[in-house]
Amino acid sequence: MATSNPLAIEVTNLTVAYQETPVLWDIDLAVPAGVLMAIVGPNGAGKTTLIKAILELIPSASGQAWIYGKPYRQQRHLVSYVPQRGEVDWDFPTTVQDVVMMGLYGQLGWIRRPGRREKQLAREAMNKVDILELKDRQISQLSGGQQQRVFLARALIQNAQLYLMDEPFQGVDATTERAIVTLLQSLRQQGKTVIVVHHDLHTVTSYFDWVMLLNVHQIDSGPIEAVFNEDNLHRTYGGHVGILSSSADVPPSQVLANEYS
Amino acid sequence: MLAMGSVIYNLFFDYTLRTVAIGTATLGMVSGALGSYAVLRKQSLLGDTISHAALPGICLAFLLTNSKTPLVLIVGASLAGWLGTIIVTAIVRNTRLKDDAALGIVLAVFFGLGVFMLTLIQKMPNANQSGLDKFLFGQAAALLKRDIQTIAVISGITIGVMLLFWKEFKLLTFDPAFGETLGFPMKIIDLLMMTLIVLAIVVGLQAVGVVLMSAMIVAPATAARQWTDHLSVMVGLAAIFGATAGVTGAVISSTTSGIPTGPVIVICVSIIVVFSLVFAPKRGIIWRKY
Amino acid sequence: MAPQTEVLLIAIVVAASCALPGVFLVLRQMSLMSDAISHSVLLGIVIGFFLTGRIDSPLLLILASATGVLTVSLVELLNRTQLVKEDAAIGIVFPALFSLAVILITRYAGNVHLDQDVVLLGEIALAPFDRVTLFGLSLPYSLVVMGTILIITLSVIGIFYKELKISTFDPGLSIALGFSPGLLHYGLMSLTSIIAVGAFDAVGAILVVALMIVPPATAYLLTDQLFSMLVVSFLVGIVSAVSGYGIAIKFDASIAGAMATMAGFCFLLTFLLAPQRGLLAIFYRRFRQKWLFAQRILLTHLANHEGEGILPKDKKNAKHVKISTAKSKSINPILPPGKSDQCHLHQLHHYLCWNVGFTYKIVNQAQKQGLVQIENQVLRLTNSGRQITAQPFIQ
Repeated sequence: MATSNPLAIEVTNLTVAYQETPVLWDIDLAVPAGVLMAIVGPNGAGKTTLIKAILELIPSASGQAWIYGKPYRQQRHLVSYVPQRGEVDWDFPTTVQDVVMMGLYGQLGWIRRPGRREKQLAREAMNKVDILELKDRQISQLSGGQQQRVFLARALIQNAQLYLMDEPFQGVDATTERAIVTLLQSLRQQGKTVIVVHHDLHTVTSYFDWVMLLNVHQIDSGPIEAVFNEDNLHRTYGGHVGILSSSADVPPSQVLANEYS
Repeated sequence: MLAMGSVIYNLFFDYTLRTVAIGTATLGMVSGALGSYAVLRKQSLLGDTISHAALPGICLAFLLTNSKTPLVLIVGASLAGWLGTIIVTAIVRNTRLKDDAALGIVLAVFFGLGVFMLTLIQKMPNANQSGLDKFLFGQAAALLKRDIQTIAVISGITIGVMLLFWKEFKLLTFDPAFGETLGFPMKIIDLLMMTLIVLAIVVGLQAVGVVLMSAMIVAPATAARQWTDHLSVMVGLAAIFGATAGVTGAVISSTTSGIPTGPVIVICVSIIVVFSLVFAPKRGIIWRKY
Repeated sequence: MAPQTEVLLIAIVVAASCALPGVFLVLRQMSLMSDAISHSVLLGIVIGFFLTGRIDSPLLLILASATGVLTVSLVELLNRTQLVKEDAAIGIVFPALFSLAVILITRYAGNVHLDQDVVLLGEIALAPFDRVTLFGLSLPYSLVVMGTILIITLSVIGIFYKELKISTFDPGLSIALGFSPGLLHYGLMSLTSIIAVGAFDAVGAILVVALMIVPPATAYLLTDQLFSMLVVSFLVGIVSAVSGYGIAIKFDASIAGAMATMAGFCFLLTFLLAPQRGLLAIFYRRFRQKWLFAQRILLTHLANHEGEGILPKDKKNAKHVKISTAKSKSINPILPPGKSDQCHLHQLHHYLCWNVGFTYKIVNQAQKQGLVQIENQVLRLTNSGRQITAQPFIQ
């Protein structure tokens, strides 16, 4: 038995419905520890819903998620969540450092306030994403890329084993995008597992090593080279993905038409 | 100068004025501080709805206990205010009506019911009922020592709980979903926050009344937001603005004949808002223009 | 006319004229503007009183309506600074204007019929005492004013029906067609202000809010079409007025309060019992759908794990073997690798995270309908069950 390589996430029979409209149907997903995985699929495929259901932010009609072999509730401390940037009000009166420290609130527990140790940890986390000089800046004065880095620092400070990120590349500049990719890959090198809801099919093969194709039903998941192929993309996106060439030795990322970005 | 001196003198040594000023200052402080959260969570008008919804609770508490003890009335008002917010949520969640309509429905209907009950009470034979309408329009000038004691205790508890759960409330206001993943039961924290806001409103009703209460929740917080980018400073400033307006209102209405306290407090706090919007550094209109 | 009949008539006219523009306020999500306007018109009335020295001058109506529109523009002005959100702006503007009015009244006009009580609650019972003579008929002043306002309301909505409809449902199209949404917006706000002012004297500010929001909200739960929404709203308004009046007379209590309460009661009934959108209907539907949905989840699960009893796995289905192996580790550790009990009757509830009783009920139901078969405790889809999973799930 391959107990030496436990699964980071195992989702069993997950079905989620909003107001009785199913958004996810009987999803089974197994993600081995230490991979960098993209969840791709068309709009409305339930990518964000999947992450939120794993985190039990929304109720599921059946099924649940297992994190390193135990139900999510027992493993919260191993998981870090990076929501979409648009989910919070960036005009909130607070500073970069303060938001980053929020990542430690769970470890602090009720009532205890962050102190010197937490500030030090926050500085380290901000340094990792290159925003240390913005530490006292009000969060409304940040660019999209900087906001995303703040969220990443808040996730890094949690020192989790598993990272769930919702569209971290959305609306960020090219420099930030590269920085994020480097960061994600270094997380993987440390043996952490990173799962990213991703929009841009062109970059899937270069950024990630694992992929899940989702469109309400799970189409497929596994190593990029095994799963990320025309056939599966067709099944995920219907007729929307045009195929320029069917030559077998062209990697799928170059095969994809520009319709998707 | 002389007038100023006598005002300060009165503030310290005139028993009635001192009582009223302490009361309005405390109310202003609490509603300013808790109002910050309402404003940041875009629930500004919930204050208006809660204050109106409190009226039938006050009437019912009186009908059931035949007592006008502030504590009894405050409990009744809080429960009704609470019920009102729950109904607003139920309407928004289960119908296609939006926040605005749900808030308006609860506001108007609860208040109508309250007025209906108030007129019933006023026609009851045992004439122990005068004074309930104090909540309707607020009568800061009629605040008594026992009112102040109740206000002080409730305000103390409210502010204390707010400070105790500071970190949790910040999380609730900024990013509740993230808070949930950290293991905090955000629904319970939300409930706690709502209760504090209801308490702040209900206590404030005695000074400024149902109609003007929404300004006491919204205005100090809006003014404070312009001066700072820190939540703690914002809450502190809002409390100071609320308290300042409270004291100023009490003093002005005590020195000028025929001016009711509540409206003066609201005018003071509105002036603070306008001043802040125009002159605050960085965010203010003048700063941004030049 | 007997005074009671006149009071009732005024109540009906007020209810009717509030209920119509209220429909547009609710649809445009500006319900609370009626709250703001109905309070701040007091300032206009006070200023008008100081200018004319009379409480029944038409100038009061005009000035008060202007204050209503002023309120709307002030809210927008604050909102446009981007320093204040719209709801916060409403919450600041109208208390300020109202406070100003109250201070002016108490300081300079203490003995006039304009105290806060009347302003908030109205005193419709006194309306018949204030009379005017029109065409040789002696009528209550309020009735004449409100009658006129009702006619204005009806004609404005009648004339601009199409424009209001388009700009409410599709502001973009409305601009494309050349109707200025700003103009319509301010037109609607002016109309609301005029009604608020007229109704104010009779029923008070709060009842204006009740009658402008509650009947249209009730109608919105009952119908989908604008025209029938107007009609239903109109009727609900009148029913609230009449029944509220009856109750108030019976208990000798505030007429305005009783009318608002009855409007609320109408809403409550609709909220609970409306045929499509009522709470009961929703819960019944959810309950039924929950079962249907659970059955469908079961069938989908069986289809995805076809044949995964406790039997050794089919080698061709390699992907599933991997997943299932993993599962057997976490869920059922005694199971040897390569074997899965996904479709085992006694294991289903683990995989689906349902409680045991519920799982058996759903299985039972599916079995009775001939969608699944059970052999050796292992569930298997029948042909008709498989057909169902092939179709999209539509409720």
